Amino acid sequence: MLDMLPTLLGGAWVTVELTFWSTLIGALCSFAFGIGRLSGNPVVKSVSVAYIEVFRGTSLLVQMFWIFFALPLMGVSLSPMTAGIAALSLNIGAYGAEVVRGAIQAVPKSQYEASRALNFTSWQALWYVALPQALPEMLPPFGNLAVQNLKDTALVSLITLSDLAFRAESLRNLTQKSTEIYGMTLLIYFALALVLTAVMKVLEKRIGRWKAGGGR
Amino acid sequence: MSDDTLVHFDKVTKRFGDFEVLKNLDFKVKRGEKVTIIGPSGSGKSTVLRVLMTLEPINEGVVYLDGDPLWHEKRGHELVPASEAHLRQMRKKLGMVFQQFNLFPHMTVMRNLTEAPVRVLGLSRKEAQERARELLDMVGLSDQADKFPPQLSGGQQQRVGIARALAMRPQVMLFDEPTSALDPELVGDVLKVIHRLAEEHDLTMLLVTHEMDFARRISDRVCFFDQGAIREEGPPDQIFTEPKNQRTQEFLHAVLHPEA
Repeated sequence: MLDMLPTLLGGAWVTVELTFWSTLIGALCSFAFGIGRLSGNPVVKSVSVAYIEVFRGTSLLVQMFWIFFALPLMGVSLSPMTAGIAALSLNIGAYGAEVVRGAIQAVPKSQYEASRALNFTSWQALWYVALPQALPEMLPPFGNLAVQNLKDTALVSLITLSDLAFRAESLRNLTQKSTEIYGMTLLIYFALALVLTAVMKVLEKRIGRWKAGGGR
Repeated sequence: MSDDTLVHFDKVTKRFGDFEVLKNLDFKVKRGEKVTIIGPSGSGKSTVLRVLMTLEPINEGVVYLDGDPLWHEKRGHELVPASEAHLRQMRKKLGMVFQQFNLFPHMTVMRNLTEAPVRVLGLSRKEAQERARELLDMVGLSDQADKFPPQLSGGQQQRVGIARALAMRPQVMLFDEPTSALDPELVGDVLKVIHRLAEEHDLTMLLVTHEMDFARRISDRVCFFDQGAIREEGPPDQIFTEPKNQRTQEFLHAVLHPEA
C-alpha cells in the first residue's frame, strides 16, 4: 500500500500549487472587485457586480470547462494548469469579494467622518483607516474560503491535470484498492486543510494584534 | 461682509427628508471668537458643525468660510456645487472633535496624531511626531503615546481627539458635545483642556454643549438654538441671567433646575 504513496504525494504537490496560486490570485480579485463594488464610479461598480454575480451564480465545473474547452475555440488556449488556476481564482475571488465588501461596510461611518475631518482623500481613508480595521474581520471567512478552494481543486482532474484526485482515480483503475487509495487521499486532503487553517490562524493573530491588546 | 467674519451662514436650509433641521439660518462667527451653541436635542445645533465640517451638504443658502463659499465654487458669477478638490481646500481650515471621539482604534495614539499631518499635510514623520509630542504634553497625555485608543479612558480618548484635530493646525475648531459621552468624573479634564485652548490660542471655536457653567465661562457669545434657527444670542451673562426669549427661559430653567 505504501508504494502508492509517492504517486499520491506527487499529485498532492500539484494540488498544493493550484491551491496556493488560486488562493493568492483569488484574494487579489476579492479586494479588486469587493472594493470595486463599493466604488462611486458606475462603470467600475457594474463590472464588479456583474463579475461577482456571474461567478457566484454558475457552477465552478462549468466555468472550468468553459475556460479550458470553449476559450480555445475563440483563439485563447490555456494549459490545464493555467486554466485550472484561472477558474479557481475567479470563482473564489467572487465569494471573497463579498467578504471584502461586507467587512469594509462594517467599519463604522464615524471612522469615515473622522477621516474626512482630517482631510484624507477617500482613497487614503480606505487604505489607512477602513481596510486595516476591516482586514481582521475578513480573515476567518477568508480561511473558510481557502479550505473550500483546496477541496475544489479536485475538479481540475476533469481537465486532465494530474492532481491528487486524478492520481487517486488512476491508481484505483489500476489496482482496484478503492478503500486504501481513497482513505489515503482523504487523509492527505485533510492534512493539507489543517496546514492551511494553521497558516490562516497565524495570519489572524498577526493582523488582529491591535484588537487583542485592545481590552480596557 | 466685514473682514473679521470667519464663518457666515447665509440663509441656510438643511433638510433630512421632509424635516427641516436648519431653517433659513443666518449665523456669523468672527475670527478668534468663542461661540457656544446650546439648545434642546434635535434643534439642529450639531448639524451646524457637521455642515461646516463638510459632513452634511446643505439644501439652500450659502455658507462662507473665510470669505469663500464652502459648499459652492464660483464659476464666473455663478455659484455651482463644490468639487471634492474645493472641499479639501476648505477643510484645511477646520478641525473637529466628535462626541464619540472617533479615534482610529488600530493606530497608536502617536499614529492617530501623526497620520494625517504626514499623509495630508506632507510633514515628515519626525516633524509630525515632534508636533504630536507637544500636543500630547498640552493635553496631559505624554506618557500614553504608544497606547491604542481602546486602552484609554473616555476622557483620555477625547483629549487625544482634541490633540488630533489640533495637529492639523486648523483656524476653526468645532466641538460637537465633546463631554456628552463621558462618565461625569472624566468631564473635568476634557473641559480644562478646552478652556486652556480658549484662553491661550487665538483659535476660533464653535462649541455645542450641555455644560452650561462651562459655556458661561469660556464663551464670548452664546446662541440658543431651537427648531433649526437661532432664537436668542448674546454675551453669556445676559443669556444665562436675563434671557429675553420665552423658549430660552424655559430651556434654561429645565436644564439648570431639573427638579423644579
